Amino acid sequence: MNKETFFAVQNLSVAYNGQTVVRSVSFSVRCGEILAIVGESGSGKSTVLKAAQGLLGSGGRVSGGRIMLYGRDIYRLSPAERRREIAGSTVAMIFQNAGASFCPIRTIGEQIYESVREHTDWSREEFTAQSKAVMKRINLPETVLNEFPFRLSGGMGQRAGILAAVILKPALLLADEPTSALDTVTQLSVVKELMELRRQQNIAIVIVTHNMGVAWYMADNILVMRDGEPVEYGAKEQIFRRPQAQYTKELIAAVPGLRL
Amino acid sequence: MKDKVMEHILEVRNLKKVFVAKSEKYVATDDVSFAVDAGECVGIVGQSGCGKSTLAKIIAGFIAPDSGQIFLCGRDITYAKGAALRTVYANMQMIFQMPEESFDPRKTIGWSVAEPLRNLRPELGRKQTEERTRCLLAEVGLSPSFADRYPHELSGGQCQRAAIARAVAISPKLLICDEATSALDMTVAAKTIDLLRRLCFEQQIACLFITHDLALLTRIAERVIVMHNGKIVEEGTTQQIIYGAKSPRTKELAAAALVMTPPVTEGT
Repeated sequence: MNKETFFAVQNLSVAYNGQTVVRSVSFSVRCGEILAIVGESGSGKSTVLKAAQGLLGSGGRVSGGRIMLYGRDIYRLSPAERRREIAGSTVAMIFQNAGASFCPIRTIGEQIYESVREHTDWSREEFTAQSKAVMKRINLPETVLNEFPFRLSGGMGQRAGILAAVILKPALLLADEPTSALDTVTQLSVVKELMELRRQQNIAIVIVTHNMGVAWYMADNILVMRDGEPVEYGAKEQIFRRPQAQYTKELIAAVPGLRL
Repeated sequence: MKDKVMEHILEVRNLKKVFVAKSEKYVATDDVSFAVDAGECVGIVGQSGCGKSTLAKIIAGFIAPDSGQIFLCGRDITYAKGAALRTVYANMQMIFQMPEESFDPRKTIGWSVAEPLRNLRPELGRKQTEERTRCLLAEVGLSPSFADRYPHELSGGQCQRAAIARAVAISPKLLICDEATSALDMTVAAKTIDLLRRLCFEQQIACLFITHDLALLTRIAERVIVMHNGKIVEEGTTQQIIYGAKSPRTKELAAAALVMTPPVTEGT
């Protein structure tokens, strides 16, 4: 397995309309690694992810530090290069309510095919074949390709979002609270499917979550954030079994504890 | 028979509700029966769409059941109307998932918290109602100045505390919490659960706590009812449900709760 570091956030600061909301955040991700960024509302965890995908929106800008992908600062790429290299083919993103990010009046298959055509010259047959291969891995019935988004349950919508994100075999998947809108049983199956994708495609995942259980189950490394600043960063076992920061201890204590 | 009903704070018998959409039938609650005693906290757990929220709404009187009966403190409240409904709400209050949305945005928190007092304890008078509102806010850990604020000026956790203050204002016999902590940050949710548990214990309020998160129930409920497709599939103590589940549905919930629980920190 390729273990090189290919994605690194170095001393990142983000400001919205001149006000700094994220301060000196650093982490790095190796191929096939799962990093969980955990924190509560307003900790800046989603902002870090948006900065990494170039989705800060108007008023937001990277005010310090760099985001390096394969040794290149993504904010020094031209917009066209960024769109071609980052959006979709190398870095993909899934959101909390992926089902709602589809257009409601067109089928799932049509929409994903359209985005795929932006990056490849796949025929419809090839697209269908590739889709089916991924769908098998994430327990998504093939009929979903011909469905409209509103016909899908929360878990199915999320899986459709994952399909759209990983069909081009990106090296990095950025996931913003991908399980938070789901019930616990569905959460566990989506989490397992993401880990199966990692195993088969060696895809690295940065998952932003407030759910310590999901972080514990999935991640190799964990970054704890609070009020826009990093609190603690390290291997999962280290963070959960021997947390150093008081805030990390509080977060872990807030999880309903089951004695195993 | 009548004596048996008197023992329970809440008793639900054979509740059934079927929704019809585009000539397809959805059975939301199917022959549901259970009882809650004074000072007891019962958890209702199940996946999305299992009918747990519909059940809460039927008990609270927001939805009429197709058949079955609901007894509150021994009295049949299934089709309560008018004055009878006032007695129902004097004994039963609800807390919802979205705290900001359960307050009137144009009224102060103090006004909203005092509303059940004004409606159901008119004998208190203005001065005493204000005094009691301040006490209630202090009880849930909010300073008296919050009485003059508007819902949008509060955080989610503060708002939920105010909702708890409003719910316990008239010392109800039964509190129904529908995903009451699911929208809150984890440290805030933990504190809110502790607050609810303390208040229910001190005032001997029976509590029906509805959630999809079985692990959460270990913090508050002694007994758990598991629902699936509108039916009760298993019932038992919280420990039994997590560690000795019998039904496959319960096993799924317990497995999700168990694997997605971090280990106990060393030295705690």
